Amino acid sequence: MSFQIKSSGDTYDVIIVGSGAGGGMASKILSEAGLSVAVIEAGGDFDPAKEEDRTQLRPPWESPRRGAGTQIRPFGDFDAAIGGWEIDGEPYTRKGDSEFDWFRSRMVGGRTNHWGRISLRFGPNDFKRASIDGLGDDWPIGYDDVKPYYDKVDKLIGVYGTKEGIYNEPDGFFLPPPKPRLHEIYLKKGTTAASIPMIPSRLSILTRPINKERGACFFCRQCNRACQVYADFSAGTCLVHPAMKQGKVDLYTHSMVRKVTSDDSGKATGVSFVNVKDMKEYKLKSNVVVLGASACETSRIMLNSKSKMHPNGIGNSSGVLGHYLHDSTGASRSGIIPDMMGRERYNEDGTGGMHVYTPWWLDNKKLDFARGYHIEYGGGMGQPSYGAGGNMDSMRKYITDEFGQPSPNGGYGVGLKKDIRQIYGSTVGMSGRGESVPRFDNYCEIDPTVVDKFGIPVLRFNYKWTDQEINQAKHMQDTFEEILTGAGAQLLGTKPGADTMYGLLAPGRIIHEVGTARMGNDPKTSVLNSNSQAHDCKNLFVVDAGSFVSQADKNPTWTILALSWRTSDFIVSELKKKNI
Amino acid sequence: MNRRENLKLLFTGTVGTGLFLTGCSPEEKALPENALLSGGTIGGRTEEEKQRDQALLSNTFFTDEERKKLSTLVDIIMPKDDDSPAATEIGVVDFIEFMMKDQPENQTRMRGGLMWLDFEADEKFGKTFNDLSQSEVIQIVDEVAWPDTAKPEYEGGVRWFNALRNLTCSGYFSTEAGWKYMGYVGNKPNAWDGVPQEVMDKHGLQLEEKYLQHYLKMEDRGRIAEWDTDGNLT
Repeated sequence: MSFQIKSSGDTYDVIIVGSGAGGGMASKILSEAGLSVAVIEAGGDFDPAKEEDRTQLRPPWESPRRGAGTQIRPFGDFDAAIGGWEIDGEPYTRKGDSEFDWFRSRMVGGRTNHWGRISLRFGPNDFKRASIDGLGDDWPIGYDDVKPYYDKVDKLIGVYGTKEGIYNEPDGFFLPPPKPRLHEIYLKKGTTAASIPMIPSRLSILTRPINKERGACFFCRQCNRACQVYADFSAGTCLVHPAMKQGKVDLYTHSMVRKVTSDDSGKATGVSFVNVKDMKEYKLKSNVVVLGASACETSRIMLNSKSKMHPNGIGNSSGVLGHYLHDSTGASRSGIIPDMMGRERYNEDGTGGMHVYTPWWLDNKKLDFARGYHIEYGGGMGQPSYGAGGNMDSMRKYITDEFGQPSPNGGYGVGLKKDIRQIYGSTVGMSGRGESVPRFDNYCEIDPTVVDKFGIPVLRFNYKWTDQEINQAKHMQDTFEEILTGAGAQLLGTKPGADTMYGLLAPGRIIHEVGTARMGNDPKTSVLNSNSQAHDCKNLFVVDAGSFVSQADKNPTWTILALSWRTSDFIVSELKKKNI
Repeated sequence: MNRRENLKLLFTGTVGTGLFLTGCSPEEKALPENALLSGGTIGGRTEEEKQRDQALLSNTFFTDEERKKLSTLVDIIMPKDDDSPAATEIGVVDFIEFMMKDQPENQTRMRGGLMWLDFEADEKFGKTFNDLSQSEVIQIVDEVAWPDTAKPEYEGGVRWFNALRNLTCSGYFSTEAGWKYMGYVGNKPNAWDGVPQEVMDKHGLQLEEKYLQHYLKMEDRGRIAEWDTDGNLT
């Protein structure tokens, strides 16, 4: 790989830790400004255009497990993201009966190799939630501060969608959206019956090209495998590698950062990291350190960066570092649409995600929970691979013969085979992804008793959902049933009740963890200022979702990209002014 | 569809833009289906993954007797018919063998279920399972194959058979023959263009009028997008 040892005498202008959305964007903007940049990545390099890295367009029989998930690829054997919920030799712990599952990707591009490409702007309300409902805190910045950067991100990265004029779902510079699929049109009947909006989704997939470097989507529906023509966004293909091609960017792969080093004045001087391959420690120096390792990994590095000037970890004089950790809420439900059984066969792929979605549509003042959620939809004639034809022990009864007689559950033989063919492509599902209320009491900290295989102290999670999130999940379940019923679907399974917190998934499961190094105007209650610069260390910046004050009912990536660009501009300007 | 056809489609699709594939070998051939288990997963593997796949493939989980029982069962679950082969013809037993090693937490249940077949065969017929006639086999299978009507004492057997049914279907439909039977025609570059009109008509559905002008037009896929200052595509 591209690991190279730098002589310790060299000093970079900037060291960036992490090559995902935040680190990737920073590497592009800072190198374009002429700065020398080192990008430090814990995993290996990855380029889906290289044949040896390609999993796209591979049939399941090129996997002995037919595409089933594994520990390091829990979302399937062909999923691009390498890492998973549990990584050998890199543990994390939970305190008491806390729940938190932490998904990590160890590779160039990080978790942008996995995500659903849902690219939603935060709206004006999303930056000022405390002013609206009195819970949590407002961001020190507002939509108008970020809008110019959202605009630039739209044009640089590309996102399809439609201008809708919804106040808190700001429009952008959209590529044309793909037409909805059959099940999505059926589901639209359900949302219309329930008076719930459903609009074309906003995904960072190029339905038309935006430059000569990236191809347009050719509709294989496999964005999660990473695209060999770079038609979808991932930080490696769209930011880090282009930055390396054009600017002074050195990529250090297989390099696990241990701490940010600092001098006697408390100023950051670089990073110390362990080379995963030779298990030796290395140090690099820089004038500026930018952390984009993911909200939790970044706070781990900062907490572990103790020094005389930073006894609680660098940037942590407030004691807030690691706190206000929050993830999106998630719950789901599925159904089966009898009118779609035994339907005509045709290529139903489209892009690698949903073509329609439901933005939050209600006023929380009239509800028993404070924050909203959006709804994502699934279904269609997906590629039969591991799991195909499954669950006939409970689902076969939904198939009726020409006399309206239901098939018996389970069974075997030619009849079972025919029923599986009949039911294929008729199931639909939906998931709510909601905003949780950030709490000081939900946090990650250093576990004083556990280190990883590199000898670096690990994170311990403390996290509990409250009635806010539980009531929201209950509302989701009621809504899902209403939509499914309105779409003519039969509900599958039983409705999750209070005993399961209405199907609310464990914190961390939605992989939107944010807030651990939040920004604010008061150094006593926040880690970063409004430019994502550490209050306590002027040449230390955070460009991942650690800076988020609140997470909105949106996916965080587009905001990470916009804020990273904004912070990078600030770094360039401060360097020019010799303020750092 | 093999790799070569994939690439051909990619290059000859209607999009004449920015498509580039560095480092691809158009001469690479798709693996024949029966060669599946000679190697691990193809594409983007880490060293750890390669080693793990090789280790799993070099171990054997099922005994010959167990394989024989499984072969009988998977062909009962997915038999040959006019349109499609039997499960054993397309490597379903090999697939299950691999999955036992890949997901070892399922080993005990599977082994226990296969053992139970002999207990049941002995009690009912005084023979081992592998010595039963087809009709005797079916009598045992029927005890556990119908979850809603099975006797309570067979609950454990029902769960085991549910898992076996799921595995068999996974191994069956994730093959070229399985795709053909299912009628799956996706994952072809540049082939998708929304729901065919005749399908829309048959289901009595229409696209929303207000979005018609906004949806992607296939002929635009070669043109680099540009916007006016209000975000309208020009």
